Amino acid sequence: MEQVASWFLWLYQETGINLPIVYDSFDRKRFAEGFLTTVWLSLVCLVFSVVIGIVGAWLQGSRLVWTRRLVQGYIQFFRNTPPLVQMYFFFFALGNLLPTVENEFGFQQPMLGNFAWAAISLSFFAGAFNVEIFRSGIEAVPKATVEAAEALGYNRLQAYLHVVLPLAFRVCLPALNNNLVNLVKTTTLAYAIAVPELLYVSNQVWSDNVNVPEMMTILLFIYVGLVGILVWAMNRWERAMKVPGYGA
Amino acid sequence: MTRMMQGLLLAGVLALGLSAGDAQADLAAAKERGKLIVGVKADYKPYGYRDPSGAIVGIEPDLAKDVADKLGLELELVPVVSSNRMQFLEQGKIDLMIATMTDRPDRREVVWIVEPNYYSSGTNVLASKKVGFKQWEDLRDKPICGIQGAFYNKKTQTEYGAEIVAFKGTAEVLTALKQGRCLGFVYDDSFIVSKLGDDEWADFEMPLPTIDDAPWGLAVQLGDQAFHDIMHEMIVNWHKSGRIIELEKKYGVNNTPFALAMHEKHKNM
Repeated sequence: MEQVASWFLWLYQETGINLPIVYDSFDRKRFAEGFLTTVWLSLVCLVFSVVIGIVGAWLQGSRLVWTRRLVQGYIQFFRNTPPLVQMYFFFFALGNLLPTVENEFGFQQPMLGNFAWAAISLSFFAGAFNVEIFRSGIEAVPKATVEAAEALGYNRLQAYLHVVLPLAFRVCLPALNNNLVNLVKTTTLAYAIAVPELLYVSNQVWSDNVNVPEMMTILLFIYVGLVGILVWAMNRWERAMKVPGYGA
Repeated sequence: MTRMMQGLLLAGVLALGLSAGDAQADLAAAKERGKLIVGVKADYKPYGYRDPSGAIVGIEPDLAKDVADKLGLELELVPVVSSNRMQFLEQGKIDLMIATMTDRPDRREVVWIVEPNYYSSGTNVLASKKVGFKQWEDLRDKPICGIQGAFYNKKTQTEYGAEIVAFKGTAEVLTALKQGRCLGFVYDDSFIVSKLGDDEWADFEMPLPTIDDAPWGLAVQLGDQAFHDIMHEMIVNWHKSGRIIELEKKYGVNNTPFALAMHEKHKNM
């Protein structure tokens, strides 16, 4: 490790390519933490947005007109507003209306911190798209299949969980894949509310070291890698779930 | 098909050429377009901020105006923030940068900071009186707000152990501070002094000894010798005539020791 660090220091002195995230222990630590924060934020948002999508799509098929309208309103609100604006709105406006709690220093602070708000706003943002994606899958399931399930005595929830959703899932996986890739990239917006994720940390590093091109390059490669892993996993999942003769 | 490809290629080359042309923003280019583009802060009262009509005003915009008048050019102000001001100058989006930038050696490698320094300030903390900070060591493990791109963030973290929560601009930080998302705001003392003048911040104080009192530098692009020489002369004249002191008074800032000392030093030269 020591040798690697000194090699990068030499690289800086010889070529001007400055990568303090390798040779400087403080920058290395905060960059690693930033990476983990990005991964963790992405995972949390992936899971919640998919859950929101599944539940929302089910509620969209409800017999109660107000439930359907509520889901529709949610979709319109989150799909029609920019995620950065949502994040600011949640953090500074809505966050301030919630009750405060006393922190360990004896002062009142808002109940939810910046990470929580980033996770909430990004999950709901991607979730709104996921609802529509799942709806497209559900509508692709033949009516006859649903009727067959009903004939076998399934109620609406059972038919949704055991028959419609598994089939719909296979249809909408490519679209879901796209949206989740977008979600991972959108986590960078969390830097606006000071969540110490990759972009935020890189910004700090390049402000301290004036090495914008190097950090930008590294940042791009890391996101290519992260999204690559996600796409690879989704493709494997798609293949594993393939039902012969059904879907593409 | 090949013709289309050729067209695309040509368009690409043209675009490249144009963008390279934009990067040429030295004094000659400014004179050619008849307009001097200066990067200033727009969120840093009283050094550069927006008045109720939305225009950028303040001490630094006034200085920029002096330069434009001297050169006989029109003035265009471009708002910059700490994390992009040097890049703007490097890329030629601005001809001159007067943006509360602390003069540091590594910055001198990227832009040409003109001597003598035109101003100076140090680092301090804006915190509620109830918090009762007494010394910098009190910040250990406390959430402290900061501005993305400020150089003392790292120092506050490594030397005093504070947990820096950095936002893009001062408006976000001040909101976060009011909402109790952090216990203090580490920033330039000059800014904090100007805030403490507002009734809104009556419950706040600047409790710590100012550290890192450091000179500010205005900068031109590396290699722009002609503009550099003009700016050098301008700054000397500002100190000589007491222009800086006058501007501090105009915008309600207590005269800083630096401005007074520089006036004293230059007035008989």
